[in-house]
This record gives sequence, structure tokens and C-alpha cells, in this order.
Amino acid sequence: MKIDQSCRYRPSHEYARKDGPDFVVGISDHAQESLGDIVFVEMAELGKEVAQGEALGVVESVKAASDIYAPVSGTVSAVNGALQGDPALVNKDPYGAGWLVRITPSDPSQWDGLLDPAAYEKDAGKE
Amino acid sequence: MNLKEEPLVFELSSPGRECASLPEPDVPAVPVPADLARGRIGLPEVDELSLVRHFTRLSQKNYSVDTQLYPLGSCTMKYNPKVCEQAASLPGWRDAHPLAGEEFSQGALELIWRLQAYLCAVGGFAAGSLQPAAGAHGELSGVLVIRAWHRSRGDEARRVILVPDSAHGTNPASCTMAGLRARTIPSDAEGGVDMDALAAALAETGAELAGLMITNPNTLGLFDRNIEEICRLVHAAGGLVYGDGANMNALAGILRPADVGIDVMHYNLHKTFSTPHGGGGPGAGFVGATAALAPFLPGPVAAKEGERFRLSTPESSIGRLKSFYGNFGVMVRAYVYLRMLGGEGLRRMSETAVLNANYLRSLVEGAYPVKYKRRCMHEFVAQGNLAEGVHTLDVAKRLIDLGFHPPTIYFPLIVPEALMVEPTETESKETLDEFARALLEIADEAKTNPGLLRAAPVTTPVGRLDEVAAARNPVLCFRD
Amino acid sequence: MPFLAATESDREAMLARIGVGSVGELFSDVPEAARYPELGLPPPLSELEVLREVEAMAARNLAASRSAWFLGAGAYYHFIPALVPALASRGEFLTAYTPYQPEVSQGTLQAIFEYQSMAARLLGTDVVNASHYDGATALAEGLLMAHAAAGGQRRRAVVCAGVHPEYKAVLSSYAAAFPIRLDEVDLPPEGAAALADPDTFCVVAPYPGFDGAIGDIAAAARSAHAAGALLLVQADPIMCGLLKSPGELGADIVAAEGQSLGNPMSFGGPFLGMLGSTAALVRKMPGRLVGQAGDSSGRRGFVLTLTAREQHIRREKAVSNICSNQGLSMLQACIYLAAMGETGLRKVAELCWNKAHFAASLVAAVPGFAVGPGAGAVPGASSPRPYRFFKEFVVRTPVPAEELSAKLSRRGVVPGLPLSRYYPGRDHELLVCVTEMCTREQIELLARSLEEASA
Repeated sequence: MKIDQSCRYRPSHEYARKDGPDFVVGISDHAQESLGDIVFVEMAELGKEVAQGEALGVVESVKAASDIYAPVSGTVSAVNGALQGDPALVNKDPYGAGWLVRITPSDPSQWDGLLDPAAYEKDAGKE
Repeated sequence: MNLKEEPLVFELSSPGRECASLPEPDVPAVPVPADLARGRIGLPEVDELSLVRHFTRLSQKNYSVDTQLYPLGSCTMKYNPKVCEQAASLPGWRDAHPLAGEEFSQGALELIWRLQAYLCAVGGFAAGSLQPAAGAHGELSGVLVIRAWHRSRGDEARRVILVPDSAHGTNPASCTMAGLRARTIPSDAEGGVDMDALAAALAETGAELAGLMITNPNTLGLFDRNIEEICRLVHAAGGLVYGDGANMNALAGILRPADVGIDVMHYNLHKTFSTPHGGGGPGAGFVGATAALAPFLPGPVAAKEGERFRLSTPESSIGRLKSFYGNFGVMVRAYVYLRMLGGEGLRRMSETAVLNANYLRSLVEGAYPVKYKRRCMHEFVAQGNLAEGVHTLDVAKRLIDLGFHPPTIYFPLIVPEALMVEPTETESKETLDEFARALLEIADEAKTNPGLLRAAPVTTPVGRLDEVAAARNPVLCFRD
Repeated sequence: MPFLAATESDREAMLARIGVGSVGELFSDVPEAARYPELGLPPPLSELEVLREVEAMAARNLAASRSAWFLGAGAYYHFIPALVPALASRGEFLTAYTPYQPEVSQGTLQAIFEYQSMAARLLGTDVVNASHYDGATALAEGLLMAHAAAGGQRRRAVVCAGVHPEYKAVLSSYAAAFPIRLDEVDLPPEGAAALADPDTFCVVAPYPGFDGAIGDIAAAARSAHAAGALLLVQADPIMCGLLKSPGELGADIVAAEGQSLGNPMSFGGPFLGMLGSTAALVRKMPGRLVGQAGDSSGRRGFVLTLTAREQHIRREKAVSNICSNQGLSMLQACIYLAAMGETGLRKVAELCWNKAHFAASLVAAVPGFAVGPGAGAVPGASSPRPYRFFKEFVVRTPVPAEELSAKLSRRGVVPGLPLSRYYPGRDHELLVCVTEMCTREQIELLARSLEEASA
């Protein structure tokens, strides 16, 4: 189970990583592995405003469909279009090329309340 | 089994080939207005013999109950009697129009009325409707009936339905379709509803409680010993209990669900009552209710007035859930089955179903651990992860090579690597012994030659298919 | 005991192996006071006796084959070629389950794929699913699909009054659980669609209407799309063999009753719900879908796909609760479409069209009778449009239609559906259906009988 040390996490396996004014959001390596081969990704539209914990979209594999919840409140400032043609990127490189959306946060301090890498590792390891 | 690739019907097509045999027009031709006239439809052009061979060869690529044991847990793949097929194809049924009028439909209305009565008797219900077209459709009806009952008492707030985590996916999905919210309650270490969690959920839900959906025996094949207490607690909290009757094959003639507190329930005619599965339907979902809920049932239903049979809509009916009266052709089959069994036959049916399942379990549970040690009913859930790197999926595919359809796999969700086995009562002891031998052989192979499992199946027209690629780039139609 | 193999000695051997003394012990968890109830069912019959009983009941039903038959209204008497029931009743199709293990279900899966393909071409859509319970529930699921496609942001659906009354009732039942407002308007499709506004997610239009009228689907599509709404059309599949398909005319979602395709009327069920849509909407489509796939040796096969939409995975978040489809009914439609083929289906449709127009001309010539619904024009239209129909048309009668229907039915001519059956007050209107099953002689008999009975 790879844990990216520059991210913080929700117990539901989404990560957020600071990148300039935005946060990059995706699902952890643990999540992609339990889902299996990803076949389809459907994310909220550009410009949509989301609250922390609100549904952002769905990631589907053959055997499961996982709702993705926003780790921080804000506005969707980018959606990873590459996933339309190659959803497998989420499996191959969940923290890099398999990112889902970018969010411009309305309250960046929310990031501090997320699980840090060590806490997430412990939490995910319990499953 | 036919192992050869069969072309698609489009690939057998050649312009000018015809199969249809229709009379010449005996009336003048009327031109079709140009703005409406269609060009080419795009249907194939194939001769009759090629079509007969095509579909015959396709059928030979199917596994079926008529071929061999089909131990799918939760599906009740029992023998579908041929007499039922013959009865259903009588011209008085086939060519009967639902709107012909009551005077001209007395035969059909009588059959529906009698079947309603028999199915009510099996469950101890006061009234029932045969309009739902399937189990899930029956569930939706039942949940809508519960909601309607609360609303009739001015109780708009009651919108939460408690659903055990072992429930079939249709249960929570039906709640959503009825505009209610499903709340999951966990199972306990014995595989039944966790009574502490239930009490807590009831307390937290309070005046929002609409009811509880329960399958008994549940999807683990276990009879919940607390069923009477569960119903009592839900009723005391102001809710109603919906019974998912998918597993009724274990209880017909043994227990009437209404007697333990179930308020409304569906049965699947295509499970307990032997109507054929047809590759995925049609089924029929009878929904039965206590006297208090009877006025809310979907309609119209069949009623009797003196010596005549009529259609009648229950006075506070939730309305129509499909056109006309239900899957009548399926009802005829279930009626014939019930007439041939009678009450005594139903009881023998359930006893034998439970006997067969327990026997089969005793033969294989040494090699395939059954997580819940209690006595099972008509089905049991074992685990198929036999060795490092060998999963239930591999066991299933290897069973195919040994000539058997696999049991249900990966359900219920609360048992990892689940293998849900339901032999049904129509199987002989010899078949059960043969199936057990195959399972035990695979258990050996898992340790000595696991490659055989992972490569399986190799005796079928295709091997394991790339479902991931199929879902990423769906091809859902023939393209020429 | 019928259908059981277990003998007494089998039972004893099994009980011994399990380690219990009697079958009763297996039910020790069942509350004792409630165990072994007396069900009160009649005593069992033998196969011979039950067949006699059922045959006697069936004989008290009027079969279409024994009359001159002009009744449609949602269930249709069409020709079913012998090879359809002969092939569909094969045990390997009849007694197979849902194809969850694709390697041993390629027969069922390929048949579904072929059906999906032929149905998509017939309805003019990019994709068709493996079926719903009937045309009414397919329409309701289409409505929910359109609602989901708008992200739940729009609440209003404009529904033409001309949709079959039972279908409208089912739409209400299904929509009641959702924040959806159904606005029924007494207008043809093009008129209804013109009422679409920014809160409208869908316009529901029949093709043809319950009174037989063919509306302007292309215009309806333009108006709906201009307002950002989807067009959901409920179509007659036989009509699509002769007239432009709804998909071709711009419909986004098409629902249809497939009973006319190789399935008997069977007192109203089992029927066949057909549902198709554009490719853009496929991930919102409920029900089963079969897709093409390959194995590791490159062999072509078929699998259930896009299953993440379905209830067994999404549970309470599923697009629909549907589990079973109408497998056998769909198979019969598949064999029918393949057997009729490009030329045969067109011939069936032409026979219906020509015979219906012939019948209408004869009936219109009977004193006191007129062809066309109530106001002499399509209801609610701003200017009277020509009444165009396919195989069903409304006749205005000089005496109550219910009276005519009762008289004629007793004499072996079932003339159609009195509209008062669904619309109290419209008691001088009869919906007449003419298919390829009606001969010229029967049509002439209909006209004569109507004349005699109304004299």
C-alpha cells in the first residue's frame, strides 16, 4: 500500500495535495487496489461548488462503484480529461497522472483536519 | 456443449433471403406519406433453416436446469415441470386479450383469483396482488404499501427503512425507488440481525421509522431465531415489517410468515413456485399483505362476486405498477404446480430442500469452511479461498470444467470469498454426491495443481472474458 | 410426491450423514407454536386431472383466434411464425438462469446481443437494453433516466395526454417517489414540446397516440432540445417497420411495448419492455446490457457489462432496482425480428397499414359512423390537422360503443375498445385495431355488423 507523504487523506480514501493555490484530489493506492481495474470515471463539472464531504463523482470498476467525496470545500477548477480515454491511469498512477479533479479551496485550513499519512496508513490498515 | 463460434445473425444475412411467410395483400395499397416513410430498417435477411440452426446451436452453448444441477444460492433453480409449459400454451390463454371484458375472461380471472387465494394461504396473508412482474417489482410494491399506510395515518415523517447488511441489493434499491431511505443494520456473530444494533437503530430513528425489510431465512441460509422479537420491536416503534420471500422454498408448509409478524411480503413465482427462469425472466412477484394493508395493494386484482369473477382495485391502492394484471402466462404455470403439490406436497418440497442442503453441506464443509456454524436451511454459504492465490472465482470456473454450474459467488457481501449453494429439492442424492465429489476434487487441486483452477474454464466455447475491456469500451450493438 | 427424487432410504441415509434423527429436527429454529400450519389448500391433482381442470378454465376465455378480432389498445394480435415458440421453448433457453457465468451462457448472451442490435436499428437508437417488464415500466424507467441525466436539477416532465392511460398511471406510480412534477397536457407531441421550459427535463410523447394519431415527433424533438429537455418517445415497434423510427426523428430515449414482436397476448403478460437511448445516455440506462468481449485466445464472446449501474453493486444508489429482465419474451422478439427480417417486418407493417385504412374507409361509409377522435381533429391542436394513423383508429359511433361491443362480441366479432373503458364520458367512441391477422372478409363483416347493430 503506497502512501504519498505529501498528501492528507479522508477515511474514505480520497487524498488532497497542495499545489499552488489549489488542491489536487484523487483516490489512494489502497482504494484503487480494492476497486480493481477502473473502467469509468465520472466527476463533477468544472466550476461546480462543493462542500467538504459532498459527493464529487463516481469511480467504477467491474465489480464496484465508489462515490468520491470532496476532502475540502471549494470550486472545481480542473477535471482530469485523460481519464475519459484511459481510466486505468487511476490504477497505474493514483497520486500522479491518475488525479481526478483540482479544487480551489474556500477554506484551505480544512486540509489540516484531514488524516496525515501516518494516521491514514493506520486507519486503512485496519480494513 | 457446442464449442464452435456461432456467427451473429447479421453475419448469416444475405440480401434477398427470406424466412417470413405472409399472405398476399387482399386490400388496396395506400401510399405512405413521404414525410413519414422509412428507409432501410437494417434487419438481417436469413432463410428459415439457417435461423433454426443458428438458434439451436446457440441454445447448445447454454447450461440449464434441464441439463444438470444448477446450485445457485438465492435463485432456487428447481425443475420446471413440462406440464406447466403445456398448460400455459393453451389457446384460451395465449390468445386471450386483457381488455376483452369480464364476461369473456372468466377463465383467466378465476385462475388469478384462485392463485391469489392459494398464495395468501401459504403465507397466512389476508389478500394479495399478482400484478408485480418480478421479485424486485414486488419489493417496490411492498415498500410503497408501507409508505402509503403511514401517509394514510397522517405520518409523513416515517421515511426510513432498516435493512440488514446481508440483504440482496434490490432491497435498498427498492427503498430508493419508493422515495424512502435505507439504513443498514449489521448482522451479529451468529449471522442473524444484531439485536443490540437493531434496538439502537430503532431508538435513533424514532418517529422517522417506516419499517424493516427482512429475508428469513436470510441470504446466509440461516433462520433468524429472533424473528418474532424483531417484528414485535419494529411494531412497537411504529413501523411495519416487509418480508423478502426469495427464500420461501425453505418454509412453505412449515411456517406462515404472517404468523410471526410479517405485515407484507413478496414471493418469487420463478423461484419457490417453479416457473422457468428463461435466461433472465419473465418472473412474477406475488405480494401478500395483512388485512390492515390489503386496501393499499397494487391493482387491479381478481375478485369473486357470487359465482362470477371480476377485476377490482383495492380501495386505497398504491396504483398501477405495470400495464394490465401481471405476468398471466407465469401465473398459469405456478397455478398448475400448486395444484399438483397441494399443502402436503409443499411441505415435502420445503423439507426436502432443507434436507438436501444440509446433506450437501455435511459432505463438503470439511474442505470449504462454512463461516456460520449453525444449522442452515435450504442453502448454505461456504468460502472458496482454498489456498494462497486461489479464490472463489477460480473454484467456480474449475467447477465448470467438471461439468457443473457454479454456485452463487461473492454474495452475500458480508462473507468474503462467498460460495452460496442451494441444491433445491428436485435433485437426487446421486447428483448431490457427484457435485460434492467435484468440489472435493477441486479442493485437492487447489493445493496440488492450482494452475488448473486459474486457467479454467477450458471446456467451454470461450474462456474467461476480458470484462474490464468490455466495460471500458462498450460494444453493445453489431456494427457492420 | 411429484418432482422429487428422494426415496425413504435416500432420506434415511442423508439424515444419518447430517447426524439428526428426523427431518423435523432441521426446523428446530422455527418457533414451535407456528410450525407446520394447516394451509387449507385443495388436495393435490395428478397431471392428467390438472390439465383437464385448466383446459376447462381456458375454454371459458374468449380466444382471439375464434373471432374476427379488432381489439388492440396495448395488447396486439399479430402473427407469430411457428419457429418462434419452437426455438424459444428449447429447454436450454427456457431453464437457463441469468447469464452471470458467461462461459456457460453464451447462447443467452449472444441472443441478447442480437436482440439489442436489431431493436436498436428498429427504434433508431444507439443502444437498447436487455428489456424491462413491459412498455409501461420501460417508459417509467425512461422518465427516471431522463431525470437522472439532468442531474436532478430539473423537476418537470410534460406528458402528452395521448399516452396510453395505463402507461400514464404507471408513470405516476414511479414518479411519486421522486421530486418530479408530471404535467399532463391535452396536446399532440409538437404542441406539448413547445411548452418545455428551463425546469423541464423531459417531454413524453406517444408515437402513435392511444387514439391512433401520429404526431410530429421531429418538431417535438426540436422544441424539447431548444429548451434543454430530452424527448422520450413511446413507440409501436411494428410501426417502426414502415414509418420513420423515433430515433431518426430526434428522440433521445425510446420506450416500446415489444409484445407485438413474437409474443402472444396472454391476458396481458408476460410482455416485453423495450428501452433504448442515444450513446450519450448509456451510463444512465437501467437494466441489463450485454457487450462484446474477447478471451485470452482472442475468441469473441458476450458478457453482461456496465453492471456497476445495477442494484447488486450500487444498492441504494442504483439507477433502478430492476434485477430480472424478461429473458424469454426478449428471446421470442429476437427470433421474430430475425425471422421476419428486413422485408418481412416491412410486409407485416404494410399489411397493418393497408388493412387499417381499408377498414376505416368501410366504417366511415356506414351511416352514423365517422372516423377520427372526438372533436373531428387531433385534440387540442390549434388548427385541425389531418388525422393520420397506423393500425388503430378511433370511430365515432351513433349508439354507445359499449353496447355495440357487447352485441358484436357475442356474435363473433370483437370490434374494438369502447373509449369509455378508460375515459368516462367518451361513450360514443370505439378504438378499432386492424393487423395482418384480419382478412378482407372479416373487415367487411365488421362494417356490416356495425351497421346492423346500430340500426
